[in-house]
Amino acid sequence: MPEFEQLTDPDALATALRQTGYLPDDGLATAAFLAVRMGRPLFLEGDAGVGKTSLAQALAEVGGAELVRLQCYEGIDASQALYDWDFPRQILHLRAAESGRTDVDPAALEKSLYTRQFLISRPILRAIERSPSVLLIDEIDRADDEFEAFLLEVLADNAVTIPELGTIRAEVPPLVVLTSNRTREVHDALKRRCLYHWVAHPGFDREVAILRRRLPEITDQLAEDVARTVRRMREVDLLKPPGVAESIDWAQALQLLGARRLDPERAAATLGAVVKYQEDAARIRDTVLAELAG
Amino acid sequence: MSKPPVATVERDFTDIVVGFARTLRHAGVAAGPDRVQAMLAAVAELDAAEVAQVYWAGRLTMCGDPEDLPRYDTAFALYFSGGTASYRDRATPAPTVLRAAPFETDGDSSDDGSDDQPSFSVQASRQEVLRHKDVTALSSTERAQLQRLYALLRPRVSGRRTLRYGPAGRGRIDLDRTVRAMLRQGGEAGRLAHRRHRDKPRRLVLLIDVSGSMSPYADSLLRFAHAATRCRPSGTETFTIGTRLTRITRPLRLRDPDAALAAAGQAVPDWSGGTRLGDVLKAFLDLWGQRGVARGAIVVLCSDGWERGDPTELGAQLARLNRLAHRVVWVNPHKGRQGFAPATGGMLAALPHIDQLVAGHSFAALEQLVEVIGHA
Repeated sequence: MPEFEQLTDPDALATALRQTGYLPDDGLATAAFLAVRMGRPLFLEGDAGVGKTSLAQALAEVGGAELVRLQCYEGIDASQALYDWDFPRQILHLRAAESGRTDVDPAALEKSLYTRQFLISRPILRAIERSPSVLLIDEIDRADDEFEAFLLEVLADNAVTIPELGTIRAEVPPLVVLTSNRTREVHDALKRRCLYHWVAHPGFDREVAILRRRLPEITDQLAEDVARTVRRMREVDLLKPPGVAESIDWAQALQLLGARRLDPERAAATLGAVVKYQEDAARIRDTVLAELAG
Repeated sequence: MSKPPVATVERDFTDIVVGFARTLRHAGVAAGPDRVQAMLAAVAELDAAEVAQVYWAGRLTMCGDPEDLPRYDTAFALYFSGGTASYRDRATPAPTVLRAAPFETDGDSSDDGSDDQPSFSVQASRQEVLRHKDVTALSSTERAQLQRLYALLRPRVSGRRTLRYGPAGRGRIDLDRTVRAMLRQGGEAGRLAHRRHRDKPRRLVLLIDVSGSMSPYADSLLRFAHAATRCRPSGTETFTIGTRLTRITRPLRLRDPDAALAAAGQAVPDWSGGTRLGDVLKAFLDLWGQRGVARGAIVVLCSDGWERGDPTELGAQLARLNRLAHRVVWVNPHKGRQGFAPATGGMLAALPHIDQLVAGHSFAALEQLVEVIGHA
């Protein structure tokens, strides 16, 4: 991708990402830089809400590329990920060609049925056709393991072969970002072809910076309070520790209520934005909020 | 060594990375040749004189699992601080499964009996007796005989409807297949194709207590787990619980039961220790269960319910498990005994949250467990 060519080291990429509003740490910037340079898919694992999906969005913005997202789910198959033929339109075409004519050449007619205009491109094919692009394969762990084998094939040669049409190859291979929440272990064969990065929760300073970046109106005091409290929440052993996405939501909720700093009443009222289990909420009320109230 | 290896000439860098990969493999990271290639390619893109960049180049290419990361860090610190590849040999061999379940070879002479041709019925009934005998009461010869039978167990799990469709004789009309058939016949409408949601077996999760009080049954239960894994490798997850949680799904995938059990035995650090069921179950749910392993699955927990910790914690965690899983089956070998009453603290706390309590003390009881799993 032309935009990426100018970025000569991980720091340059980090700066470019920062300009889009995504604040990476050293490891993540290096990972993204290598993925671009080596043409390897980037495999991101980590807790939900630590910014795996947003990285792909930010990379697309930096690279001036289209973001194509493939959300995986149980039962996804090639016709939903790659391409499908538009059967009803083919039938219509066939009927239209036949109507009122007797001298139709069957071979030519059949050939006209399997052309690009009747092909519906699904995310992977779309990413290959529209280069430059960033292909985000989200939550690969939700798809079945047969799907991984299929992905391997596509990722290996950046091309899609359609039996009736031939091979469609990407002019510029898409930058592929895979994310996983680790609900299932992804096969080694797939991981081996990727750069693997574990995305951890951000440190205090970076979280404050992210909050201020995402919510420009927020007061410094509130950003720091939220970051500190969320950090504390991650320590108290919850069923679902809050990620960055939750702290942004929470800060936004507090801000909408007109808070300039975190006070116990508003914190209790907006707790639903940051913890999503009843047991967790009870525990937070007993520990973190109690501490906050002093 | 005066200089760190990174600063030496580039020509040697391949050797350095190869040596580093060897150190990593000793540390338990699967750093294969293709990963070495990847690391070299990554370093070429970065600054090889910068230790931090070499660190990331290696970490991004050599690791493939969060568990690899601490190992990688240790190996990196060791290797690039000027140390050599002589990594501490991986642990002292852990006690194997067979050692942990000791059985005295008694002078039992049931086989070299005086009647040279035991009739078929006698053999059959001897088999039958073996099947129903508590595994702790078996002699070593009897045990050897029975072990072969484990391979015949086929713990199949009941299915659930998936999003995916499959062809069916009736049901909703499958537009794609119908139209494709029409196209083949030049656009003439032919037979309608139908489709229905397909069934897929649920995941089977086995949690096997390997604490001291359960160790006589551990061998038998692990063989059961191996049979289940052989039956459906991708849909079976096995963990051992004791003082800590160990995932033994991978070792159990080995084809040969004895090799699989030996490998699993190596992996388990807390063999015949105590039990902290509540805490370990929590660890399972936090690390695996809630993320998806236990969701909609059939969870089989094999334990006698002797809990050293607080039984209320066990109750709370089981309630959580019960909300995630489709069915929770508790296998308690003591249930097979006469006059069993769930009296241990752990068992009492667990009872309200389990769907079924079965025995599992003998081969016949395990066959029954297969049935229970199949109909859960």
